[in-house]
Amino acid sequence: MRFVDEYRDAGRARALAGQIAARCRPGREYKFMEVCGGHTHTIYKHGLEDYLPENVTLVHGPGCPVCVIPMGRVDDAIHIAEQPDVIMTSFGDMMRVPGGQSSFLDAKAAGADIRMVYSPLDALKIARQNPHRRVVFMAIGFETTAPSTAMTVLRAAEQGVDNFSVFCNHVTIIPAIKAILDSPDLRLDGFLGPGHVSTVIGCRPYDFIAREHGKPLVVAGFEPLDILQSVHMLLGQLADGRCEVENQYARVVPEDGNPIALAAIARVMRLRPYFEWRGLGFIPYSALGMADEYAAFDAERLFEVPGIRVADPKACQCGEVLKGVLKPWECKVFGTACTPETPIGTCMVSAEGACAAYYNFGRFSRERVREATRV
Amino acid sequence: MCLGIPGELVRFVADQPDLALVEVSGVGRRINVALLADEQLQPGDWVLVHVGFALSKISETEAQAVLAYLEEMGQPYADELDALRTSNIG
Ligand code: SF4
Repeated sequence: MRFVDEYRDAGRARALAGQIAARCRPGREYKFMEVCGGHTHTIYKHGLEDYLPENVTLVHGPGCPVCVIPMGRVDDAIHIAEQPDVIMTSFGDMMRVPGGQSSFLDAKAAGADIRMVYSPLDALKIARQNPHRRVVFMAIGFETTAPSTAMTVLRAAEQGVDNFSVFCNHVTIIPAIKAILDSPDLRLDGFLGPGHVSTVIGCRPYDFIAREHGKPLVVAGFEPLDILQSVHMLLGQLADGRCEVENQYARVVPEDGNPIALAAIARVMRLRPYFEWRGLGFIPYSALGMADEYAAFDAERLFEVPGIRVADPKACQCGEVLKGVLKPWECKVFGTACTPETPIGTCMVSAEGACAAYYNFGRFSRERVREATRV
Repeated sequence: MCLGIPGELVRFVADQPDLALVEVSGVGRRINVALLADEQLQPGDWVLVHVGFALSKISETEAQAVLAYLEEMGQPYADELDALRTSNIG
């Protein structure tokens, strides 16, 4: 495994940890937010916090698409799924996400025709195979998955499939970062930018974070060494008094993103004036709905959705976790009432949710590092 | 759903320029490659696949590293591969 060593050699990790410590000013606290749930997963899985000096903290951000779906939207989707002629299709990650009343899994057990698909294109195929049913795709995700939904709608239009529609819940990452920057609860010193979202949007949309908010951002890969190196780059900027957008993950992320993907989104979707995020409330221009030109594929216009707003459960502190204000274990129900088997909040559902990642790995991380460094 | 899985392009699908047969961890599936139309993809190239679409072209070295990362991930990767096995795009 020659290739892999390059990204996870324990000796290199320790060397980087030393360089990180050397770049920290003693007595100063550093707080960096990793925006993407994939990073959170790596951080807990490899116990990366234990490689960092005491005064460097990583806080988790809102970048887990399953985690930010508000309960009312789940209820709306279930309402659509319960219509007699409907086949609801969705990614497996959605199945256990709790709505106000129930989840997809519960609704399926109660008789709704809800099917897991790997790709929106599989949903489109189901529509072609079932011309007498209406097939709805529950679309979720950031800019990583929005192009796939958009391309699928374009294909449906091209092929004249008229029994296929999308219940669009795509969200965009920049307004969420803006909301966090504007939130008074949190003082951050910089960001680890999301890797896969950036393959679509590129690095320029983050410029305002450096320019207007004076915070550095480094687009980071998902390997343990990628994350340590990105932290090292952030500290380097702060030490030099620089404030820029840097791309640590250039081996995958092009500076300009993927123009074809962006064009597909722009053609099929429109920014919604506002959208509710679980735990974060309403954020203006933070989500995508279907453009008027593609109204024929918009489940929100084809079905009467109740559109009820359901408040997050009282016990749930996902909002604080998604904003990085609380660590998962500081939530009152963490690991007791809320576990991956019986999630109360969404951060416990997806493997990339901060609570699930910490529940699965975080508690063991210290021992893992001790083992790794013993060799 | 968020996982990008590396796959090796085996061949394009006849009469469907947007589709290619891509081998992902021993699973051969049709994948939409229209988002990489500017990359002049060829058999033997590696791509990162998200929900049925190739989203970026990557080097073989990177592909091996990502595969090792995913394999270590355990359940979420197994779930994603199971989902991929059910996929029948076309
Ligand atoms: S433990 Fe459960 S309720 Fe608390 S923040 Fe995490 S997911 Fe939300």
